[in-house]
Amino acid sequence: MTYIRPKFRHPELIKNKLGYTVDYYEGALSTLCAGCGHDSISAGIIQACYEMNIEPHKLAKLSGIGCSSKTPAYVLSNSHGFNSVHGRMPSVATGANLANNDLIYLGVSGDGDTASIGMGQFVHVIRRNLNMLYIVMNNGCYGLTKGQDSATADQGSKNKSGNINLFESIDLASLSIELGATFVAQSFSGDKTQLVPLIKAALNHPGFAFINVISPCVTFNNNVGSTKSYDYVRQHVEATATVDFVPEMTEITTTYEEGTTKQVKMHDGSYISLNKLAQDWDPLDRLSAMNAVQNARAKGEILTGLLYVNPDCSDLHEMLQTSDRPLNSLTKSDLCPGSEMLKEINADLR
Amino acid sequence: MSLIDNKVNDFVVRFANVNGTGSASANFLFTKAIFRMGIPVTPKNIFPSNIQGLPTWYEVRISEKGYLGRREGIDLVVSVNPQSMLNDVASVRPGGYFLYDSSKKLHDQYIREDINYIGIPLMLMCNEAYTDPRQRQLFKNIIYVGALAALFEIEFAVLEELLGEQFKGKEKLIPANVKALKLGVDYIHANFKYPLDIRVERRDLIGDSIMIDGNSACGLGAVYAGATVAAWYPITPSTSVVEAFSSYAGEFRVDKITGKKNVAIVQAEDELAAIGMVIGANWNGARSFTATSGPGLSLMNEFLGLAYFAEIPTVLIDVQRTGPSTGMPTRTQQSDILEAAYASHGDTKHVLLFPSTPKECFDLTVDAFDLAEQLQTPVIMLTDLDLGMNDHVSPPFVWDDKREYNRGKVLDAAALDKIVKFGRYLDVDNDGITYRTYPGTHPSKGSFFTRGTSRDEYATYTEDGAAYQRNVDRLIKKWNTAKSIVPAPQLYQEQSQFANGILFFGTSQYAAEEAIDLLNQKQIFVDAIRIKSFPFNETVQDFINSHEKVFVIEQNRDAQMKSLLLIELGADPQKMISVLNYDGMPITADNIFKQITKNLSFSPEFKIKN
Repeated sequence: MTYIRPKFRHPELIKNKLGYTVDYYEGALSTLCAGCGHDSISAGIIQACYEMNIEPHKLAKLSGIGCSSKTPAYVLSNSHGFNSVHGRMPSVATGANLANNDLIYLGVSGDGDTASIGMGQFVHVIRRNLNMLYIVMNNGCYGLTKGQDSATADQGSKNKSGNINLFESIDLASLSIELGATFVAQSFSGDKTQLVPLIKAALNHPGFAFINVISPCVTFNNNVGSTKSYDYVRQHVEATATVDFVPEMTEITTTYEEGTTKQVKMHDGSYISLNKLAQDWDPLDRLSAMNAVQNARAKGEILTGLLYVNPDCSDLHEMLQTSDRPLNSLTKSDLCPGSEMLKEINADLR
Repeated sequence: MSLIDNKVNDFVVRFANVNGTGSASANFLFTKAIFRMGIPVTPKNIFPSNIQGLPTWYEVRISEKGYLGRREGIDLVVSVNPQSMLNDVASVRPGGYFLYDSSKKLHDQYIREDINYIGIPLMLMCNEAYTDPRQRQLFKNIIYVGALAALFEIEFAVLEELLGEQFKGKEKLIPANVKALKLGVDYIHANFKYPLDIRVERRDLIGDSIMIDGNSACGLGAVYAGATVAAWYPITPSTSVVEAFSSYAGEFRVDKITGKKNVAIVQAEDELAAIGMVIGANWNGARSFTATSGPGLSLMNEFLGLAYFAEIPTVLIDVQRTGPSTGMPTRTQQSDILEAAYASHGDTKHVLLFPSTPKECFDLTVDAFDLAEQLQTPVIMLTDLDLGMNDHVSPPFVWDDKREYNRGKVLDAAALDKIVKFGRYLDVDNDGITYRTYPGTHPSKGSFFTRGTSRDEYATYTEDGAAYQRNVDRLIKKWNTAKSIVPAPQLYQEQSQFANGILFFGTSQYAAEEAIDLLNQKQIFVDAIRIKSFPFNETVQDFINSHEKVFVIEQNRDAQMKSLLLIELGADPQKMISVLNYDGMPITADNIFKQITKNLSFSPEFKIKN
């Protein structure tokens, strides 16, 4: 890490459709360790938002507690952020989303924040299909408290102190498919080419989008014997497909070999274009997605890319039939029944 | 039997039922009829934490003088539950009445020489009159209401009118109910001397009052206050707050054409998530609330600390029940005061409100939203099971159409354009309350990072001790500002007249006011104050300062309100005398009277000032 932010920017940075250059999407200087996978994911978020022409102030970023939960401060300084309490980001995001369905909600969490203390809220935000992007920066350990194993650490994985993890790990991607998440992807912080289109597709998804990103902890879990080290992950990554996110109205120019490509049409006319690498896997079929993840696990591989998507789903607002106008924009005249009505209510209570 | 004084419009009836047998609506019919006859009446449900098959009681006090607290001493028991019969017989005051189902002969163990027995063969009458087993069960309840109508001279037309209202749209159910009432009336007329010495007479003492429970009033208040997001987890006795909100919202917040709702109600996975959602929604500019009870409040502590420190408006309605732990979930208490006042770790303090009546439940719920947004902090309303789940005679609800929602200090895009540099925690007005912005307001100004960690005036993370201290000192400045805007206490006299005072809050009001009369009858005079909010303002301090003794009446073991007064006002512990009740039943005037007179009997210097 550095404590001095270089002010130099390329003089001919390309502007997006809103007229913003990519640096407009940056946040405060990261205070994470040099080489932390989380910083790469933050860079991916910045890149995706820039390329998708998102107005930063129309996005709200939320997190819990932990190294990963610090990162919303390092992206999108023109967005409101909320660093809440440990494991409770999903509930805060749910309330925020209910208050205003006009914003994009980005939740960032870690493996401790999600798979341990926050498991209850994680499970239930999936059930409600809250329209948000939920990213887990997954390093298999508790970084801020100096490297204890987390619930996503693989059984038999060795941590920096040489201790072998005795317990079965929680596979967040499988779990979320099982629970009915409508967009589930897995990626690696070291693979920006894959991560950025996944973030873009996820931001565009009209329901709960989950990306589990393996993000090695350089300080406490990058040792030999750890299954979350850079070296190990690089050697064991297996992708479902190469992913491209094609925005609405864009002509598809990339061509893949016949029979191996798949276009998933999103609700707004955009596409996720996949060049399939995995056999017997259909991203629109929950069962085959589950099989693909489990088969990879059995082989000791980490399956990455888009795993499952259900583009035609109803989010929480649709299920609750809330007004199209954001609830936070309603005023007394919309909400208060008034004095005459109260007189009638009184009369009924006599 | 001896005729004791004048028992017209002044007695207590207790119904001993089995829960899940349809007794609730029959018992309410009885209460409502007395209310309709213009006589003050107060019912209390004493129910088990169970759905079917256990004893449940419904106690109704009728009081011409308008005493709406509980009273010891039962004049008549309606016994339809063999399970509790021995205790029910014992609960009748000497000279009182025991009305029972005489379908089977009463066993000798239930016979007392000093009470009167009214046996009605309820089961046999029902079996004869009805064939449907469910009707046979339900109409036993209606028959005893008919019998009571004859014994107490309740106007039959009033009962018929109420049945007509109850079954509006299902009129075919009315004749069978009227028939059951008449069966009861006729049986009394044929077999007993009537009316009893305890009976009712029509009065005009109700005025424009209404009858409703506090939880419904809170739910209605939240609709009027403009709440749009409610998140909750079911827990007795607060569940009906959100149920009422949901029901009123169904009436007033749904677009008739599209079916779209101006409200979102989420049953959360637990109380932690419920308050998290409320905080998220309020952070994003929607008025949002939750309702819970003791165990839920314990779970919400961490989030309440966040809302206090990050300064996010939060409205929480805590319907208190008997603690600690699971305690007695269906009994009342005022025992969450300290838990609520200082919820969460670190230096935290929260605004509390203490309603006494359904009208105040409505008013203070509306105030809670204004206060939470004005002060950007949690506001916890402490009601209790007695107020929340029992029907009360209450002044009617009033709404002033000119009243605007006070959304507090929120900057919109135009206001942000005029500011050079926005500081979320800059005390611009020197009152401790800073300006906030909602997400999405302005493309390049007003965004900030909300956090539970220490930060400077511009919401930037800091571990600088001086900046931290500036911030928490400002929170105390805000706390002091709160003192002048929270609801003022009710003083029962313009200025202190007597050496001693009594202090109470919430549902102790009913019994405390009656106790003042009981004391006065013994030539003991006291000043009185009812606290409606925390932080305490100067009026409370002055009241304590101007009395030699202050009796603090509360419904918990540990004198929590007294502790709070000692901590916050530095009151002299020697002069603060606790009057406590913590058996789970609402406090009675008699109890207060006895505790105060016992204390004063040890104080020969007790005198009347001036």
